[in-house]
Amino acid sequence: MSAATREAPLAPRAGKGTGHALELRALSKRYGAFTAVDAVSLRVERGQFLTLLGPSGSGKTTILMAIAGFVAPSEGAVLLDGRDITALPPERRAFGMVFQGYALFPHMTVAENVAFPLRVRRLSRAEREAKVRAALDLVQLDRFADRRPAQLSGGQQQRVALARALVFDPDLLLLDEPLSALDKKLRAELQEELKALHRRVGRTFVNVTHDQEEALSLSDQVAILNHGRLVQMGAPAALYERPRTRFVADFLGTSNFLRGTVQEAGDPGLALQAGGTRLLQAGADLPPGSPVLLSLRPEKIALLGEAERAANEVAGTIAAWAYLGAGYSLTVRTADLGALRVALPAWRAPIAPSEGLPVRLGWAADAAVPVLEDADAA
Amino acid sequence: MPRDAAALPAAPVAGHGLALPREAGWWLLLVPAFLLMTVLYLAPILQVLAISVTEPAPGLGNYERLLTHPGLQRVIVTTLRICLVTTILSLLLGYALSYVIALASPRAQRWWLLGVLLPLWISVLVRAFAWVTLLRRQGLVNEGLLGLGLIDRPLPLVWNEFGIVVGMVHYMVPYAVLPMLAAMREIDPRLLAAARGLGASRGTAFRRVFLPLSAPGLVAAGVLVFIVTLGFYITPAILGGGKTLMAAEWIKLQILDLVRWGMGAMLATMLVVTILTLLGIFSRILDLRRVFGGGR
Repeated sequence: MSAATREAPLAPRAGKGTGHALELRALSKRYGAFTAVDAVSLRVERGQFLTLLGPSGSGKTTILMAIAGFVAPSEGAVLLDGRDITALPPERRAFGMVFQGYALFPHMTVAENVAFPLRVRRLSRAEREAKVRAALDLVQLDRFADRRPAQLSGGQQQRVALARALVFDPDLLLLDEPLSALDKKLRAELQEELKALHRRVGRTFVNVTHDQEEALSLSDQVAILNHGRLVQMGAPAALYERPRTRFVADFLGTSNFLRGTVQEAGDPGLALQAGGTRLLQAGADLPPGSPVLLSLRPEKIALLGEAERAANEVAGTIAAWAYLGAGYSLTVRTADLGALRVALPAWRAPIAPSEGLPVRLGWAADAAVPVLEDADAA
Repeated sequence: MPRDAAALPAAPVAGHGLALPREAGWWLLLVPAFLLMTVLYLAPILQVLAISVTEPAPGLGNYERLLTHPGLQRVIVTTLRICLVTTILSLLLGYALSYVIALASPRAQRWWLLGVLLPLWISVLVRAFAWVTLLRRQGLVNEGLLGLGLIDRPLPLVWNEFGIVVGMVHYMVPYAVLPMLAAMREIDPRLLAAARGLGASRGTAFRRVFLPLSAPGLVAAGVLVFIVTLGFYITPAILGGGKTLMAAEWIKLQILDLVRWGMGAMLATMLVVTILTLLGIFSRILDLRRVFGGGR
C-alpha cells in the first residue's frame, strides 16, 4: 500500500485548480408558500472546498440536493464550468455524493458498494476491480473489501461512502453532513482525513454542515445561510474576523455585542458612546449620531492589571465563571455594557476567578468589528 | 475498577430473589391457552394423522396410493398448479401495490392500506358468490362484453380453473401485500437516491437496490400465500362448480361422502408435511432478512 499505488487512478491533479467550477445563479426553491432557498448565488472555483453552513432549516441541504439534481429549483440555475445543468437528472450529473447516514447498500459487500457506480457505467470487470482496490486503498479499507456495511464501525462506513463517491472520478464531491453521526473524537480524526483526501484528489468538494468548527477547519470557502438566504461567504478566517452581520458573528464562535452611538469620526477611528462609557473603534467610517453595533470576541478582551492601560477599558464584577481546561469562561457584569463574555487562558491566569470578584477589562481599538443588524432575519 | 468488580456479583442475586415468584406467576397465565391448544387442537390433529396409517389396515397402504391412484395424482397436480398460478399472480399484483404504498405519503398510505385490508372483513362465502354473479354466462362481465360487441358468445369465466384463480387471487392479494410492504418500509429511501446519485437510472436503481432489498419480503409473501392457498376449500368449491377438485375438497369427499377416513387423513397429513417444510424454508428466509437489514 505505497503512496504510489494508493493514488494511481485518482492521481493528484497537480494541486488545486483541476476540478470543476460550480456556480449557482439566483437559485430559489419554494414549497407552497414556504421559501426554503431564496435567490442564492455563489461560485465555487475549481478544486476548492466549499462548506454550506447554517442552522437547521436554513436551506443548506436543499441547496445541496438542487446541486445533486434531487430537488428541482423553482427559479435560478446550476452551472458546471459555465454549462447549465439545471435540467439534468441526478444520474447524468456524475457527482459523487456522501449521504447523511452514508446510505450504503446493506445487501452488498464493501467492494460491491464501491463498485456500484462503475457497474452502472458498464466498466469492464478488470477496470472495475483495479479502481475499487485503488479507492479502498485511498481510504485505507482494503482489508475490509468482503465485509458487509453492517459489520463496520461508523467511521469505516463513512470511509466506504467516501470511496464509493470518489471511485468513478466524479466532477464534484457532495457531502451531506458527512461527520454528524460520529462521536466527537472520531469526527476530529475524520475531519483531518477528509481534508487530506481533498488535497490529494484535487476535486471540488461541496460540504453541508451545521457544525461551525468543522466548517472552519475543513473549508477554503464557507457560505453562511440563514432562512434560505446567503448571509455571507468567504474564507473561514475572513468570516470569523470580519463578520458582516450579527447572525454571522453569533453563529461562528461566540461574540459580545455592544451598542453605541458615534460621537466623533476621526483618526484613528470612531469615538462611541455606549451608556456612560466612551469607546474607541478603529476601521469604520460613520457620521456622528449613527447607531453602531459592535461584535467583540471573548478572547480579544484582556483582564487588565493595575498599571495596565488599553484603548477601551471597563470595570465590572465576575457574575459567573466556568473552568474549561484550556481556559476559563467568565461572565463579567458591567454597569454600561451589560454582561460580557471573556475567555481567559487558564495557564498562569492572573486571577483565580470567583463570583463577585471586581475586574477591569480592556481591549484594543481594532479588537471589535462593526456588524449589521439582521433586519430581515425574522 | 476493582470496586465495581466487587459490587457486581451481589446485584444478580438480589434481582434473582425478586424475579422468581413473579416469573412463576406469568407462567400460570399460559396454562389455559396451552391446554386449549394441546387438548382441543393438537391431540385431535395427531389422532386424525394416526388414522392415515391405521385405516383401513395398519401400514403405509394409503401412502402407496399416492404413486398408483391416477385420480389422486390429478387432484394433487391440479392443486399445485392452481396454487402456484395464484401465488405468482398475487405476488405480481401485490408487489406493484406494495411499491406504490411504500413510496406514498404517510397520509395516502393509510387510505391505501384501508383499501387493501377492507376485503379481509368480508366473508369468503359472500365474495365467492359475488364473483359467480360477475363471471357467470349472464353475469356483468359477459353481458358487458357482449353489449360492447367485443365477443359474440359468453366466455367460460367461472366453474373452471380460471374462476377459481380469480377468486383465490382476489382473496390472497392482501396477504401478499402485508409482508412485502413491511419489507419495503424497512428500505431506506435514501438508498434509492444514493443509487441515482451514483449514476443509476430509475430502472437500474430499482433492479439493483430496491428489488434485492425487498426480495426477502417477496419470498416470505410467496411462501405465506402458497401455504394458505393449499388449504383453500370454499372458493374452489363454489367457483369450480364441482368440476375442478382441489385437495381440501377431495379430503372432504373421502371422509364425508365415501367414508374412506384413511385416504382423507393421508392427504391431510401430506398437506401438513408440505406446509411444515415450507415454514422451515420461511424461517430461514427470515434469518437472511436479519442479516441484510442489520446494515442500516
